[in-house]
Amino acid sequence: MDLFEYQARDLFEAHGVPVLKGAVATTPEAAFTAAESMGGRVVVKAQVKVGGRGKAGGVKLAENAEAAREKAKAILGMDIKGHTVHKVMIAQAAPIESEYYLAILLDRTNRSFLVMASVSGGMEIEEVAHKTPEKLAKVNINPNIGISQELALEIVRKGGFGPDVDRAVADVLVTLWKTFVAEDATLVEVNPLVKTSDGKIIALDGKVTLDDSAIFRHADHEALVDHDATDPLEALAKAKDLNYVKLDGEVGIIGNGAGLVMSTLDVVAYAGEKFGGVKPANFLDIGGGASAQVMADGLSIILGDPAVKSVFVNVFGGITACDAVANGIVQALEMLGAKATKPIVVRLDGNNVIEGRRILNAAAHPLVEQLDTMDGAASRAAELAAK
Amino acid sequence: MAIFLNKESKVIVQGMTGSEGSKHTKRMLAAGTKIIGGVTPGKGGQAVDIDGTMLPVFNSVSEAVAATGANASVVFVPPKFAKAAVIDAVDAKLPLVVVITEGIPVHDTAAFFAYAQSKGTTRLIGPNCPGLISPGLSNVGIIPADITGPGKIGLVSKSGTLTYQMMYELRDFGFTTAVGIGGDPIIGTTHIDCLRAFQDDPETEAIVMIGEIGGDAEERAAAFIKEYVTKPVVGYVAGFTAPEGKTMGHAGAIVSGSSGTAAGKKDALEAAGVKVGKTPSETAAIMRAILKG
Repeated sequence: MDLFEYQARDLFEAHGVPVLKGAVATTPEAAFTAAESMGGRVVVKAQVKVGGRGKAGGVKLAENAEAAREKAKAILGMDIKGHTVHKVMIAQAAPIESEYYLAILLDRTNRSFLVMASVSGGMEIEEVAHKTPEKLAKVNINPNIGISQELALEIVRKGGFGPDVDRAVADVLVTLWKTFVAEDATLVEVNPLVKTSDGKIIALDGKVTLDDSAIFRHADHEALVDHDATDPLEALAKAKDLNYVKLDGEVGIIGNGAGLVMSTLDVVAYAGEKFGGVKPANFLDIGGGASAQVMADGLSIILGDPAVKSVFVNVFGGITACDAVANGIVQALEMLGAKATKPIVVRLDGNNVIEGRRILNAAAHPLVEQLDTMDGAASRAAELAAK
Repeated sequence: MAIFLNKESKVIVQGMTGSEGSKHTKRMLAAGTKIIGGVTPGKGGQAVDIDGTMLPVFNSVSEAVAATGANASVVFVPPKFAKAAVIDAVDAKLPLVVVITEGIPVHDTAAFFAYAQSKGTTRLIGPNCPGLISPGLSNVGIIPADITGPGKIGLVSKSGTLTYQMMYELRDFGFTTAVGIGGDPIIGTTHIDCLRAFQDDPETEAIVMIGEIGGDAEERAAAFIKEYVTKPVVGYVAGFTAPEGKTMGHAGAIVSGSSGTAAGKKDALEAAGVKVGKTPSETAAIMRAILKG
């Protein structure tokens, strides 16, 4: 889960990373109140989980609370690269002397964690790596050892920080590491980390990504979920504990196993090229145990998507037996009754496939059609969606 | 011959007394795997009846190894306890530890992976994987044993169900070993480890490599193939239609910006001389043509 900047700021503050005052506002009035309580100049910043908001006009300086209200009014509701701005952050303004870069992230390639530190900040890190590679330190961190004060100082110096700030920045790095571990983050990025004209080191903007798999030990992370941005069908699926991602096509997809479902989307898109560019409408992995209830939940979400014109159920029975899946489909259609209105193409293979196919044939539901192969069934589902 | 797993593998099941653990212990036994017991901390000394086979339960992997001479384990314990279970197995110096559990926090995986690396005595497979099967010899994990039998193809895949699908498509040829390496951002055994082992295994004649979006494991595997592998490799990559920034089922299956795309992986594999199928069935057809010469 990616956090908003204001959530990252709050998290930083809670763990002792130096930040300026900041408050989130969803209305111009609230922006005014926040700015007034801070006093002086503030920055009004659009809260969107996408880069380039500054260039898009989503970050404005305001001389006073009145101005903050006006700026917030202009920014709220803006569209930044397809993201509607629902919230702004009112942040204290600071006189910036230098901009730096600091991040800790999951390094999949090296299967560990990575620190990146550079005295050149304020731009995208790819740009830093390109323009001043000699000022970018990249150091892998052993998760069982972590970042000591000594190691932090070594990294910071390697990143080009001079004796005026190296110790203060190293302190921030150690605190960031503690935040990274304590919150089960996969990314904590501070860009820019700044030195103010009075010599203070401050995290001015932050990006944080939290590990969804660790939510069981972070009850408080649930409150950070952005329900506004969640697609309503995705929210419904999540409530039913289904692994669903909304896409923009016409063929609803249900399958078992993440890899097979991804493959099914591709095969449908490939088949769809022959039928006017029909595409998959969603990703839905019902996992190993495809009970009737799970199948009914899945089907009802997919049939509730107005964009769906046909459904493709693609199951390879490994542990799951095809007869259980077939029974699931039959019972799901009974449960759904008149709500099931779209054609359903089913391809079953693997564990107990003969019995599974027999069950579906015997039920002879008018909406259900069976095909023997994944490619053939994908093609048929695409054809039905194109009609 | 097979890779990583053979008839001599003596396997303990960590989390055998749980519902998943006992269900799959039954299946593994039926497939001919030498299961010699289980580990559940606090339940040591009990014995569990798995379809008429009485299996002892130990408190720790070291105890189990001392009593039985086990040389592999398979981990079914829930995410919360998985890190402790893997560290227990690494401390017992087990050569092979297969972690089936899905949903382990990546900080825990990073920690136990680094720990295993530092000890240098354990090969980890997974987490979030279906395990591996050397048909006719042994089966550790949840791959159905009856899809196909022993043969000449080696298979490595991030995905469980695509493994099953591919084994099924090529069932008339059979497999030396099929390894499901898992769909998490950090995994113990990589495509490269398996490619190397298949290249070195005299009985494996050709290799199927299945990848999916996220990370750069397939790109690095492509570079490795070019440098090291002389046997024919056929590839398949899932996730061409996956949108940027969305996790597609597997925790590691995510396109970030322009990196980790299926197209990028396919291009890298093809540049290394690997034939890549557009669909699982086309991939199987390419392999079929190669084996029939």
